[in-house]
Amino acid sequence: MNATSVMNMPILKVEHLSMKFGGLVAIGDLSFEAKRGEITALIGPNGAGKTTVFNCITGFYKPSEGMITLTGRDGNQFLLERLPDFQIPAKAKVARTFQNIRLFSGMTLLENLLVAQHNRLMQASGFTVLGLLGFGGYRKASAESIELAKHWLEKADLIDRADDPAGDLPYGAQRRLEIARAMCTGPELLCLDEPAAGLNPKESLALNALLNDIKATSGTSILLIEHDMSVVMQISDHVVVLEYGRKISDGDPASVRSDPRVIAAYLGVEDDEVTEVLAAVGDEQVIEELDAEPDRAHGPADSSSMMAGPVSDTIGHSDDDGETVKVSPGASKAEQYDHRHGTGVSNALNAPKGGTPDKLTLIKGIGPVNERKLNEHGIFHFAQIAAWTEADVKAAEAYLEFDGRIAREDWIGQAKALAAKSGGAE
Amino acid sequence: MTAISQDRPANTSLVQRGIREALYAGAISFGMFFLLIGIKTDQNIRNELILVPRWGLLAVVIALVMAGRFLMVVWLHPYLEARKLQKAKAPVVAHAEKSAFVRHWTKIAIGALILYPVVIVLLVGFQGSLKWVDNFGIQILIYVMLAWGLNIVVGLAGLLDLGYVAFYAVGAYCYALLGTEFGWSFWILLPAAGAMAAFWGVILGFPVLRLRGDYLAIVTLAFGEIIRLVLINWREVTNGTAGVSGIPKVTFFGLFDFDVSSPYYIAKVFDIAQSGAYYKIFLYYLALALALLTAFVTIRLRRLPVGRAWEALREDEIACRSLGINTTNTKLTAFAIGAMFGGFAGAFFAARQGFVSPESFIFLESAIILAIVVLGGMGSLTGIAIAALVMIGGTEILRELHFLKAVFGEGFTPELYRMLLFGSAMVIVMIWKPRGFVGSREPTAFLHERKAVSSSFTKEGHG
Amino acid sequence: MEYFVQQLVNGLTLGSIYGLIAIGYTMVYGIIGMINFAHGDIFMIGSFIALIVFLFLVSIFASINVVLFLLIMMIVAMLLTSLWNWTIEKVAYRPLRGSFRLAPLITAIGMSIALSNFVQVTQGPRNKPIPPMISTVYNVFGISISAKQIVIVVVTAVLLTIFWYLVNKTSLGRAQRACEQDRKMAALLGIDVDRTISITFIMGASLAAVAGTLYLMYYGVVVFSDGFVPGVKAFTAAVLGGIGSIPGAVLGGLLIGFIEGMWSAYFSIDYKDVAAFSILAIVLIFLPSGILGRPEVEKV
Repeated sequence: MNATSVMNMPILKVEHLSMKFGGLVAIGDLSFEAKRGEITALIGPNGAGKTTVFNCITGFYKPSEGMITLTGRDGNQFLLERLPDFQIPAKAKVARTFQNIRLFSGMTLLENLLVAQHNRLMQASGFTVLGLLGFGGYRKASAESIELAKHWLEKADLIDRADDPAGDLPYGAQRRLEIARAMCTGPELLCLDEPAAGLNPKESLALNALLNDIKATSGTSILLIEHDMSVVMQISDHVVVLEYGRKISDGDPASVRSDPRVIAAYLGVEDDEVTEVLAAVGDEQVIEELDAEPDRAHGPADSSSMMAGPVSDTIGHSDDDGETVKVSPGASKAEQYDHRHGTGVSNALNAPKGGTPDKLTLIKGIGPVNERKLNEHGIFHFAQIAAWTEADVKAAEAYLEFDGRIAREDWIGQAKALAAKSGGAE
Repeated sequence: MTAISQDRPANTSLVQRGIREALYAGAISFGMFFLLIGIKTDQNIRNELILVPRWGLLAVVIALVMAGRFLMVVWLHPYLEARKLQKAKAPVVAHAEKSAFVRHWTKIAIGALILYPVVIVLLVGFQGSLKWVDNFGIQILIYVMLAWGLNIVVGLAGLLDLGYVAFYAVGAYCYALLGTEFGWSFWILLPAAGAMAAFWGVILGFPVLRLRGDYLAIVTLAFGEIIRLVLINWREVTNGTAGVSGIPKVTFFGLFDFDVSSPYYIAKVFDIAQSGAYYKIFLYYLALALALLTAFVTIRLRRLPVGRAWEALREDEIACRSLGINTTNTKLTAFAIGAMFGGFAGAFFAARQGFVSPESFIFLESAIILAIVVLGGMGSLTGIAIAALVMIGGTEILRELHFLKAVFGEGFTPELYRMLLFGSAMVIVMIWKPRGFVGSREPTAFLHERKAVSSSFTKEGHG
Repeated sequence: MEYFVQQLVNGLTLGSIYGLIAIGYTMVYGIIGMINFAHGDIFMIGSFIALIVFLFLVSIFASINVVLFLLIMMIVAMLLTSLWNWTIEKVAYRPLRGSFRLAPLITAIGMSIALSNFVQVTQGPRNKPIPPMISTVYNVFGISISAKQIVIVVVTAVLLTIFWYLVNKTSLGRAQRACEQDRKMAALLGIDVDRTISITFIMGASLAAVAGTLYLMYYGVVVFSDGFVPGVKAFTAAVLGGIGSIPGAVLGGLLIGFIEGMWSAYFSIDYKDVAAFSILAIVLIFLPSGILGRPEVEKV
């Protein structure tokens, strides 16, 4: 893999990520990419699952399904969902901050930044043994680490308070310190969880400056969660919008801003009002579609309001088989919109041919649960699967929340063989 | 209270309040004490329990409680209030120049410790020095060593360990059994005891790493008790409650020793008068050296990444993981290194006593060591040394207060009150200084100037 | 089989006593998040008060009237032990509320040391044996059940019922549960938190005093250091059942009682405490919040 091709690859690729807590679907089949050297923002109303995505990426949660690939500058790829949590920052070089700031409040600012350089210093100190005896290059490494800490303290405008306890800093400075601390690990990807929350306008500006500086000088890519659209629009290059654990929009800030689904989800208004909002942005087509099929039977009056209750209010719980039910149709405005643009498998049938479906479980990889799911989506026969196009495979994987399994297990090949066999038998 | 602005009425009402509070206290203490102090259960000639009334003593105790409460309300509380006000009013003196004593305090303290036996011998002679060097010097130094070892686990890494005495026992039995069985020298067995204890630290540490806070505390307590019970019941090896005796004495690196019958007995080698004090003084310096080693290693470790990771772990474990710190290994090193010092102390204890039995490794010992760590101020070596001096020295000195016999009569034995006072002192010191004697934390690195971190910012860990 | 059932009965008796003590631990932990190390010694003080009352009664009455004696012993022990625990809470624990987490723990350990040594100083260090109060033994299907065991189980059951009613059906219990959930919020809603905590200590002490009386009656002997081992085992029981959960404490107590009984019957009596502690360690390692405890989830 040569250097340019690595640089063109996205630093982070999230594919079909799902996270379930018991029967609760916090993230359902989320896929997105973060480009190298850019600031990617993950936005969405409360309870959209943004922090859960972060926790999956940084290893605090193990996702139920899906693949998170991080491609390093040197071309090394890491499957983050398989790394133990502490190795994600150590090996894959992903650093993060926390929504409710987690500093080492009893340690000084400088010490906070030194702790962040733990792994490098640990090696330099010969895993403590040489350092304890005073051998090895620990002294030099220690001086270097202080230099690096100084560098980031200056960038974060905190150098004057280097010897004060971190818990003594004002809120905005604590946020900047947390970012500086994350940067001291030398990350390729920096994940920021609501960095602007609770900041006053002045502090917010200082934060933006710090982030732009990081982007411009360090070559670190940034993924940030933000609640506040205005911050996102100012600094991010790419925006992914989540609602109820699903992606509803993806693109540059300008296009996301005018996406009707985002407006519907984000502004959280009555159906009538959505129409008004859409009229205001001039999207006639959406209005027509919304009018055509109002789903009031399922949709709670203002479910997608930012003030709405937790996700569990609208997301179904597992059925008896322990399979997770998909988000109910009326759960969100974005869902409603999606349903009308339904993408599905091209050769779906309404009923099995000849009344009896094939026994799809004969295909290795399809169990009874998946068979039922496929049947629900109009797939009954081997021949149908055998005839799938690439787009169909993608669609089916999306239904089944599989990441590349269909291709890997060669369902189509198996189905072809089985179709031929059953055809021969008849 | 309408009379707050006027002086005299406020005073009378204060006295009135004091009397009222004293009466309440008297009534409550009567309720608490009239059976337990007022009546003593005693055995008569036929070995039956009988009740012996002690109303006089009860009256004295209640009167003391009332007087104490009265003084507290009338004098102590207003005094403390006034001092607090004064402190708040006083201008904050920015970084007052520290006196020479404070700046060189460590050197002075070490110097004093080195000179201590010499001074004692000069004052009271060799025979008289035995008690002072052994009961005070060595005894306190052992506890200092143990508390400094536990400090790594509790004070730095924030892992609450209530079974620390287990590692002390492992070290002691390691030396006692190998020393008596194979006759190996102390100098070989000391590192072996440390390694053995560290090994057990890892073994016991591994399963409990997932636990947090009070659960960790109770499981470590359980492990401590298990080890003690095994020592009691595994009679074939440990000789049960009878313990192991005849543990070889420490030699001076094989050059000379302290065994009167040996050809290398110190008095023969140097041609001086025989005395048991030589061995005690030698042990004192050995304990001092081991304690200083513990302190040196702790100070050194704090400035290494592993030590910083311990403190970071105490502050916030999740943040540590987000910075790529392997928290499992970090906790295990804390357990192992803390246990290792416990093992050293144990080996030394066995050598000093010449005898070990499970009696020496009860939960109370763990509690005392933990109390010293917390009373001293978690993480502060100086504070812990002061706490050990006050708590252990304070209770030891009770043995010496013979004049009390003159006050309370011949039957009075001050030793009996040692642990009662120890327990009460723990309570009082904690209420008085919940963060311990030294409440601030020395940073491990600085850019411009070293400023102590106030304890209001440090956390005490969750595990 | 009979041997097994016999051990079951013995375990149930012992477990009842542990359960009564364990409730005190679990309630205090639930409401102020502190391991009340002195609780075992409160139990011991209850036992000593019962002892002195018993000796007093013996010196007045010529013969032993079991029901009357037990009733008086229990009531006096409950009252005075509650007074002790109430005072201790007020003097030693209340000033440290909301302070540094380890401070109350150390204070409680100090209190424990002080209490047991107080009793040693005032009542002497020797064992205190009393003549057996009840010696009737029933033989049911080859299993010998002593009247003492029946008394213990019945008293425990009655007390637990009353206690269950207090905690679940009265406004006092509601206040307790509210304080357990969120002390600050409870205070804002007009609950007198200090009073609720005091009452919790009083309730814990009363149950411990009853346990102490029953312990004295069952074993016929008590000594100043008796607080520690039953105390630690009861605490083990509370943790095993899931600390903070009252049914858990009772369940844990019974389990510890059974484990001890069975282990000493079938394996080695020497290692019965090792068995109890090992099971505690194993349960906690694999089920960190105990049997009935709420799992603690740390938010990232």
